[in-house]
Amino acid sequence: MGVEEEVKVLKRIPLFANIDAAKLKLMAFASERLSFTPGQYLCKQGDVGDAAYIIIDGEADVVLESEEGNLTVASVGQNDIVGEIAILIDVPRTASIVATSEVVALKVTKELFFRMVTDFPEMSVEIMRVLAHRLEAANARLRRQAS
Amino acid sequence: MEPNLFKYIWRYSRREQIGILLLVAISLPFYFISLSVPKDIVNTGIIGQGYAGPGDTQSFLAFDLPLSETLFGAPITLFEGFQLEQESMLLGLSFTFLALVIVNGLFKFQINTAKGRLGERMLRRLRFELADRLLRFRILSLRKMKGAEVATMVKDEVEPLGGFIGDAFVTPAFLGGQALTAMAFIMVQSLWLGLIAGAIVLVQALLIPKLRKRILVLGRQRQLTARALAGRISELLDGATEVHANDATHWERAEISNRLGLIFGIRFEIFQRKFFVKFLNNFLSQLTPFIFYALGGILALRGSLDIGALVAVIAAYKDLPGPVRDLINWEQQRNDVQIKYEQVIEQFQPGEIIEPEMQDPEADDGQPLSGAIVFSSVSLADDSDNNLIEGVTLNLPLDSATAVVGDSGSGKEYLPQLIVGLLPAGGGTLTLGGRDVGKLPEAVIGRRLGYADNDSYLFPSSVRENLLYGVKHRPLREADYDEEAKKEWDAARAEAGRSANSLYDINADWIDYEALGVTNEEELRAHLLRAVALVGFEDDVYRYGLYGAIDPEERPQVAEGVLQARAALAKRLEAEGFTDLVARFDRDSYNMNATLAENLLFGTPTKPDYAPDALGGNRLVIGILDDMGLTGKLQEMGLKIAEFTVEIFADLPPGHPFFDQFSFITADDLPDYEAIVGRAEKDDVSSLNEADRTLLLGLPFRYVEARHRLDLVDAAFAAKVVEARQTLAKTIEDKDPGAVAFYDLESYNGVASLLDNVLFGRLVYGRAEAQETLERIIGEVLSELDLREAVLAAGLDYQVGIGGNRLSATQRQKTALARALVKRPDLLVINEATAVMDGATRSRIVERVLEARRQEEEGRRGIFWTLERATLAQHFDQVVVMKNGRVAEVGGFEELNKDGTALAGLLSSD
Repeated sequence: MGVEEEVKVLKRIPLFANIDAAKLKLMAFASERLSFTPGQYLCKQGDVGDAAYIIIDGEADVVLESEEGNLTVASVGQNDIVGEIAILIDVPRTASIVATSEVVALKVTKELFFRMVTDFPEMSVEIMRVLAHRLEAANARLRRQAS
Repeated sequence: MEPNLFKYIWRYSRREQIGILLLVAISLPFYFISLSVPKDIVNTGIIGQGYAGPGDTQSFLAFDLPLSETLFGAPITLFEGFQLEQESMLLGLSFTFLALVIVNGLFKFQINTAKGRLGERMLRRLRFELADRLLRFRILSLRKMKGAEVATMVKDEVEPLGGFIGDAFVTPAFLGGQALTAMAFIMVQSLWLGLIAGAIVLVQALLIPKLRKRILVLGRQRQLTARALAGRISELLDGATEVHANDATHWERAEISNRLGLIFGIRFEIFQRKFFVKFLNNFLSQLTPFIFYALGGILALRGSLDIGALVAVIAAYKDLPGPVRDLINWEQQRNDVQIKYEQVIEQFQPGEIIEPEMQDPEADDGQPLSGAIVFSSVSLADDSDNNLIEGVTLNLPLDSATAVVGDSGSGKEYLPQLIVGLLPAGGGTLTLGGRDVGKLPEAVIGRRLGYADNDSYLFPSSVRENLLYGVKHRPLREADYDEEAKKEWDAARAEAGRSANSLYDINADWIDYEALGVTNEEELRAHLLRAVALVGFEDDVYRYGLYGAIDPEERPQVAEGVLQARAALAKRLEAEGFTDLVARFDRDSYNMNATLAENLLFGTPTKPDYAPDALGGNRLVIGILDDMGLTGKLQEMGLKIAEFTVEIFADLPPGHPFFDQFSFITADDLPDYEAIVGRAEKDDVSSLNEADRTLLLGLPFRYVEARHRLDLVDAAFAAKVVEARQTLAKTIEDKDPGAVAFYDLESYNGVASLLDNVLFGRLVYGRAEAQETLERIIGEVLSELDLREAVLAAGLDYQVGIGGNRLSATQRQKTALARALVKRPDLLVINEATAVMDGATRSRIVERVLEARRQEEEGRRGIFWTLERATLAQHFDQVVVMKNGRVAEVGGFEELNKDGTALAGLLSSD
């Protein structure tokens, strides 16, 4: 699969739906496409985050690791973007992401990510939307646990 | 140094100067004879004076004893000569003339060579003497000098001296002799006219130098301003960061411009004055003939002077102005070089200089220092007499570990510098094992002590050479010369001696194996690597080794081992299920993870015209591609790459970092390609002109299908490239052998890195953790085959760059620390040499070094370490706490670590 097809995949992701194809091409071209085998980490909790991943194909679990054991908090799959929190704010990875099937992902480095966000404000609005959804989901979970 | 240039020249080149004078004297008779021969050729040979008629003969080459007629009344003939007829006489005289021409030429050649050699020897001596003095200046004096200015002095300012020195005595002797002869002749002809001529020469000789005084002053200014300019230019480089970060380029331009204006003014004034003096000089020279014509003419008309004599005087006078003018010029040149010399010498006369005996290479008796480091009320002041430290009194065992801590104004950084003698104590005494540090020869300090501080300098050579810098004090074993090389060195050494240069052979083996406790090269390498490991530099050196190349001829076992590792790696990858991490090189298939250039050449280029960027212009390669019908396809690829690049980079401003990182085309060239893309009709390269297509052809060679993912390499194209590869290999071997080191599974590629040789392929793009996994496996394979040390050894050959600029600041400090450790000093003196490292690295190094020193043999365990952080002091035997330039506390760490102590204060602020 080449850059052209990756762009088609990106187009289907809401975050990038409104972005000019040439920019997406640039992003795809400047990103590394990585494949992961089941069990491999896309990112590891506690590590310094230097990249976000856009999953093109396959499934992965978001796992919170603690001394008591691992807790899978969510599953991510095609068209999801993961690992962006650690590159937005300089904190270590807040969770691990582990491939559960063969995963193909675009690795968007911190530098590239910031370039894209600064150059295309519509992208940052989309990101805010994604984060707000996550926050809402987390709140909902907390409410459920509290009640 | 001798302040007077002439005395300096005379002292060191007396014999040679006299030799040249003699040579000139011997050459003169031949010269005068050669002047009179042409007259004889015309008069006797051609016109036939003295020949009564055909058949008459005259003697040729008859030779009378000089002056015999005057002395004895009758000529004493030494040689009767040959009797020759006119024609033979003509030929004889002509050949005599030819012989004299040759003899004169040879004399001139000899004299000039001798003068040149003499000048160069003196120049060499002077330069060496200057460099020698630089090596004997105290650090404090050196800190006040500007490197670029000193370099200009040694290199440029003394250069004209070399040309002058050969003429220093010969010219005045020779020209003076000529002038005096001419004067004497005029005097003999007419005393009065002679006196007039003499008077005018005297005026010239007195007046002209006076006028030139100002020129000399200007010359001095010219030299100083030029020197300052050199200093400023080097500041532009040293301060480049500040210049750009502060938008100061215009200020700097104005500053330089101002200086150049000053220099222009000085130089122009020199020209004006010089040409005025020249004018005056010429005028005075021509005044004499005027007087001769007018006055001598009147005297002749009145009959008091014989016309013949007047003509002879005027003829003789022709020989006078030339030498006089040259003499005056010589005098000018002499003044010039004397000034240059003085100006240079002045800079090399600091208040204090290290006496040669303090640098005697044999002054170290090899006995370890033992006893104590004793400071007795030592003080130190800066230039403006502020006390940096005062009343420091300490008594510390030499063979234990001492830490010095304190805050930034505590003066702790001066103690190590005092111990290694870089700073002389201002008051009090400092002894090491009972010997006054101020009187310790450098041989003792430099060998018995090891020193590193936070801006230790690295020399632009390999890591290895830098590590060994501290153990090369004098040549210990002669270089391994064959007979011829030995002769050459003997000659070079003798020549060096003639200019009082160093007689040590730079090619000899200087490494003091014994002091290091090693006996051969392998042990030495292991010793170096131990020091490297100790300071945590090993992983870096290992990486340098992996990415560096080795010469398989020089290290056949290593090359052999790497080939084994290559096979072992393949097996290992298979066993662990990682074969898909590496795309191995295969002569018969296209490697999607390698560049197109690499796929075509199937090897590493050794010549620059086979580098990926040059292939588009390489006729041999393009010729083959044409034959294979690939050129058109490559141009199409080029066009697609250009279209793609233009599309995605079009909106980015030039200078955007993406261009460097990702683009096939630089920002500057982008508009050209944009135009080409615009001209191309429907992706068809045939619609483009030749020039456009050539440009496009250059693009795809760096293209890697797996990485760039533009779908440009399909199976048919790949097959074609593989086919072209075989033809290309044959052609290159035929027509340009050695231009490419081809990949061959069975042989070591000396141009490629060690890593590439083990890998024999390319890392596959797009596999997560591929690099880490591969690095781990390669590391294991190399260790199993005992190649780790060979890789590290190759890493020691890594070039550190100018001032170590190819290393990071941390790596530079690690190298400096390792250099001090390699020496195995009696006392290791460290002055905040881990300043730029992070806390964890720093404490690891401190602990490891302390541990290693405790393991050392007795007499080599001493440590005196000024620390950046007080917590690090807990591992040391005793702690010295400095505060405001004084010793606040001395004792064990635990003993001092109590409430209210200065140490506790420091620890809490850490």
